[in-house]
Amino acid sequence: MNIVACVKRVPVTEAQPKIAADGKSVDATGIEYMLSFYDDLAIEEAIRTKEKLGGEVTVLTIGHAEASKELRDALAKGADKAAILKDANWAARDPRSTAKVLAKKLQELGAQIVFFGRVATDRDNSAVGAYVATLLGWPCVTDVVKLELAADKGKACRETEDGVETVEFALPAVITCDKGLNEPRYSGLKGIMAAKKKPIDELAFEDVPNQQAVAKLEPPPARKEGRVVGQGAAAVPALIEALRDEAKVL
Amino acid sequence: MTTIVVLVEQSQGNVRRASLEALGAAKSSGARVVAVVALVDGSESAAPTLAKHGADRVVVLKGDGRSSPDRSAHDIAAVVREEGAKACLAAASSNGKQLMPRIAAELDSTVFSDCTGLDLSGATPKAVRPWLAGKLIATLESNAPVFCATLRPNTFAPRAAPAAGELVTKPSSAVLKALVASIDAKGGGKLDVKEAPVVISGGRGMKGPEHFALLDELAAAFGNAAVGASRAVVDAGWRPHSEQVGQTGKTVSPQLYVAVGISGAIQHLAGMRTSKVIVAINKDADAPIFKVADYGIVGDAFEVVPALTAAVKAVRSQR
Repeated sequence: MNIVACVKRVPVTEAQPKIAADGKSVDATGIEYMLSFYDDLAIEEAIRTKEKLGGEVTVLTIGHAEASKELRDALAKGADKAAILKDANWAARDPRSTAKVLAKKLQELGAQIVFFGRVATDRDNSAVGAYVATLLGWPCVTDVVKLELAADKGKACRETEDGVETVEFALPAVITCDKGLNEPRYSGLKGIMAAKKKPIDELAFEDVPNQQAVAKLEPPPARKEGRVVGQGAAAVPALIEALRDEAKVL
Repeated sequence: MTTIVVLVEQSQGNVRRASLEALGAAKSSGARVVAVVALVDGSESAAPTLAKHGADRVVVLKGDGRSSPDRSAHDIAAVVREEGAKACLAAASSNGKQLMPRIAAELDSTVFSDCTGLDLSGATPKAVRPWLAGKLIATLESNAPVFCATLRPNTFAPRAAPAAGELVTKPSSAVLKALVASIDAKGGGKLDVKEAPVVISGGRGMKGPEHFALLDELAAAFGNAAVGASRAVVDAGWRPHSEQVGQTGKTVSPQLYVAVGISGAIQHLAGMRTSKVIVAINKDADAPIFKVADYGIVGDAFEVVPALTAAVKAVRSQR
């Protein structure tokens, strides 16, 4: 099976971003990056699918030119090859534009099953996986916590506010991976050595203009100064009074 | 007059509050509002509620009992085209989030996810939304043919805005790619942390999964509360991921957020800092959670929480 994991390099979750002088972009100075948390699950599920059904795993990313570091780690874990679309416009690219570029590449790669993370932890759109599937006319199951795949079809469970949905679909398909789907493996020394020989292809792509522009970035509104109402259980009456009479939430 | 289409969800026969909030946001812009009830088989019973909350028209999509996100998205996009709508809104619920990208793709428009502010009055729609997990706030401008957005629950207010609510029933299309085979419902209509007006979250300070019963009791005392958890306790296997609040979990904006035994790592704050009122209960007076809390109690959760549960019960029984 031709298996693809689509991944994204994002600022580390501990990052404290600063606004650049233009007031509408992030000052990249000193920011460290990582693979988006849920994309690790996508890579793991891609490798497990290969282990079960055979085939080849390609890890695909659009974004930061230095994302090859994250791709190399995916190769060390067991992916066969990687492809990077180096994107000078990566910080501004909107979900539609990203999805259009990726959908075209996935078609060129002949993908049969594509894994995304549930959400990229920088823009938090949760949009590109389902958007890509719709462009390709494929089924998609989002926020998947359990997956059974056969050569031509699959069954996936997704968590919603009302409970767990079981969804059936035929391949080709897009799956977005949620925490609980698997426990991502670590790369071992043998894998790291093997990864050095695996290819990371730099692919050209045709740009798709954005429909979304950042007009302004601001710090979140400062919360008004709070107070400690007291120590231990003795402080409960003071808290109740504050919640009822001052905050009016009780 | 411009038209806005709003995707409406139902849960156990009732319209979800988050859908009424989306209707309110649409109505506030002065547009003509078309509500679409599309998931599984839309129910006409929602129409009077939707009319009271601003729906000029209610389109109910009737299917064959089968549910498919592809079909719902395809049919909603068709309504957007037929109505000549300039915007399509939904709650940033799990259905809203899975459908809006598909709807947008059918309309060749981009997606604005999890918006906390909207300005649809001008020629260029604007959206305000968290950026980098709410560490920054972005104002975005759209030049998409249709402005497609999901709205963060508990952020916009439903509006009492009686409108015609003209009921139209339409057959669903035959597009069935992914098909929902079954839904294993959560017990007792348990509230989701994203939607609950009150969230009680526990962290490492709870010392073990068995002690979360204390938080369940506090949640029950409030009556409209859900129990959440920090990443540390979810990773430790004490609580399910569906309850995790934070950057790699869910983002919540309840009226009241009570953090018990949670130190307040930046990843956690990113998921709850837009809550209206934050209460922190923690043994460590220097815990960062106190910096964002409106009210804090420095103390042992095992003493404070039962006392708080009793006090909340007492207040609520006086009503």
